[in-house]
Amino acid sequence: MQTFVKNIAEENHNLATHLLRILHAIQARYHYIPEPAIEQLASSLNIARTQIIGVIKFYSFFHLTPRGRYELLISDSITDHLLGKEALTYYISQKLKVAVGEVRADGLVSLDNTSCTGLCDQGPAGLVNGLALPRLDRARIDQISELINQETPLEHWPSELFHINDHIIKPDLLLNHPITPGHALHSTFKRGITATLAELDFSGLRGRGGAGFKTASKWQYCRDEPETERYVVCNADEGEPGTFKDRVLLNSYAQQVFEGMTVCAVIIGAQKGFLYLRGEYLFLYDKLQNILTERRQLGLLGNNILNSGVNFDIDICLGAGAYICGEESALIESLEGKMGIPRNRPPYPVTHGYLDKPTVVNNVETFLAAAAIAHLGGDWFASIGTEKSKGTKILSISGDCARPGIYEYEFGTSIETILSDCGAEALLGIQIGGPSGLFISELELQRKLAFEDLATGGSFIVFNKHRNLLDIVNNFTHFFAHESCGFCTPCRVGTSLLKNQLAKIVDGHGSAGDVVALEELCALVKNYSHCGLGQTAANPIISTLARFPELYQSRLKNISYEPGFDLDAALETARQLANRNDAAAHLTQVEQD
Amino acid sequence: MTKTIRIDGNTIPFEEGQTIIEAATAAGIYIPHLCHHPEFTPHGSCKLCTVKVNGRNCSACTFPAMEGQEILNDSQELQADRQKLTQMLFVEGNHFCPSCEKTGNCQLQAVAYHLNMLDNHFPHFYAQRELDASHAEVMIDHNRCIFCTLCVRASHEHDHKNVFAISGRGINKQLIVNAESGLLKDTDLEATDLAAHICPTGAILIKHTAYQVPIGKRIYDHQHIDQVSLALEQTDEN
Repeated sequence: MQTFVKNIAEENHNLATHLLRILHAIQARYHYIPEPAIEQLASSLNIARTQIIGVIKFYSFFHLTPRGRYELLISDSITDHLLGKEALTYYISQKLKVAVGEVRADGLVSLDNTSCTGLCDQGPAGLVNGLALPRLDRARIDQISELINQETPLEHWPSELFHINDHIIKPDLLLNHPITPGHALHSTFKRGITATLAELDFSGLRGRGGAGFKTASKWQYCRDEPETERYVVCNADEGEPGTFKDRVLLNSYAQQVFEGMTVCAVIIGAQKGFLYLRGEYLFLYDKLQNILTERRQLGLLGNNILNSGVNFDIDICLGAGAYICGEESALIESLEGKMGIPRNRPPYPVTHGYLDKPTVVNNVETFLAAAAIAHLGGDWFASIGTEKSKGTKILSISGDCARPGIYEYEFGTSIETILSDCGAEALLGIQIGGPSGLFISELELQRKLAFEDLATGGSFIVFNKHRNLLDIVNNFTHFFAHESCGFCTPCRVGTSLLKNQLAKIVDGHGSAGDVVALEELCALVKNYSHCGLGQTAANPIISTLARFPELYQSRLKNISYEPGFDLDAALETARQLANRNDAAAHLTQVEQD
Repeated sequence: MTKTIRIDGNTIPFEEGQTIIEAATAAGIYIPHLCHHPEFTPHGSCKLCTVKVNGRNCSACTFPAMEGQEILNDSQELQADRQKLTQMLFVEGNHFCPSCEKTGNCQLQAVAYHLNMLDNHFPHFYAQRELDASHAEVMIDHNRCIFCTLCVRASHEHDHKNVFAISGRGINKQLIVNAESGLLKDTDLEATDLAAHICPTGAILIKHTAYQVPIGKRIYDHQHIDQVSLALEQTDEN
């Protein structure tokens, strides 16, 4: 192992910023990060062992204790639940004789849940040793179980098990007209930097991650910084449950995304760029590396790009299972090999980003659109959309609809149109923008897709009338508590309190004051949290409480007060010790009317 | 001309580069805080120092003072919410003031008094946390850690060591120490290090000193934290 770790560290030039890559390699080889490896890395990378332990414990895909040689993770997104994830997980557990959260005694296989894997249109989904497994059903589980029990190496598994569909159902402006590699760069060099920036400005393009900051302004600010060492970062940490459009863009439009990053580099004067790819998209890694190689061969990347004198190259960094790294400053921390804890702002990444240098961080879709605008001009893009939302938005649609997949819409399109296109019937509501977004009901279908009305990073989950809304909210609330980085008090403690308080009501232990207490807690977490995760973590509760208050009220007990402490549950250990479970071994804590 | 900000209607001067809390402290205005210490890099995690700057919530310990800011600090709403944030810190760990040797010298307890906190409000987590009494002179009681990172920063920035770190995620955060064994005795911490003395709660304690100052004669038995804090931090800044 010592030689293995030494080689990996040397391949990474013993750079502390490469810690995540090094840990990925060790985790893949040994199925955990052994203690001697930590000691060895601390000395060769010249960082404290506590930093390494911190990183291992922070990211869901690294472990301090061994996982199975086949590590199975099942996606816990609400979309997977709609497709029967729970029963399926039980089936896997029985079939492979391993409990959820455990490693089988022979060490061959482990099973656990994981946050949304971005295969919402082809779930229930999972990961085996990091590689995505779509469309899981009993037949596939039987097949997978056999492959695991026979210890068949992953490279010999039938490729059909790993085949992922794009499901592009409604292409428009961007998806219908991919640009030829190099064209955006040619146009940029021909038109000049200032003129290209003006075109981008005129296009009205705003960041597609959800926040909607004007792209031209961000690039301009970065370009204006006195510090000349600058960076371009593409945020492909698509972790918002229900979002998968970046996966498709990187699978089928990666040339254009890289071209957008390169245009950005030319404009802001960066020499180095990163694609931060979420760990769940490991299956795209080699393919994307090959595209980068191809671009270098075409003179579109590397030294002296298209004989312009510009030098720029792109590196791909893999995330490791942390939703918070989608937040731009947490993403930068992660790129630097650290825990993904959002920074204090100001300063903003555009002045102090990667290694404290000016950095542009944009979404995959933003770079895709920017490349097209650099080639075709701003007018082409600005001619459609609404006043404050130009162009189109690419949506990932999943849940209870006939045709889940990728849809591209002009801004200003009504929700009703979108629902009719994807084949949604007997509607309960739609979660727009994922758990951190908004739940809207069937009474709001005239609302529009636009920054002025419903801004979204692209997640669009449809629910029909047979779904239990509180189960959905419960799933989302668990997600935030699981993904909170734990930096600030209101989010670290508050998201877990929200989870417990909601469970108290959903499980029928709530009384009159509990909904009020829930509302107060929501406001606290929303108003005081350090970053977007905490500030939006209460949204599932807030938006459903506003629309369906009677649903929450119906779960309350008809008494004035119910303690948060469940006396009967606390006796469970005693019952187990006494080997009793009869009526006399239980108690009711408050007599009901 | 001196640049100024307004806090609760009072105009106070500030120097370029100062944070809101620095300007406030210099002007004798107390903003409740736990993770802030004038000597170390601002952290901004406890959120007790949240103030409303032109209508928007900001952490006073990290947000720069800027000309024309209209700041609310001592409002009913903010004080009520700060009380709730303090209650969160209490239910997250296991804090039993009457039996804690830090009582009366504890900033968490003193801030709670200052904010008129009379109960814990939220359900307890009853977290299972451990004790590290391995070191001859210093001990860690993880039950009382509030993840303010003052020990982390003091060790790094003042003692020029790297004894402490926070690891984990969400509600499962944990204070860890830099030793292969994971035990305090195997670190290079000395009882004279600032990091061993900086804990605002009773999570890091110097052994054999517990009751040298009897209860009733301790810092916050006679003074409120706003006075103590201002007196200390104004000296620190000078």
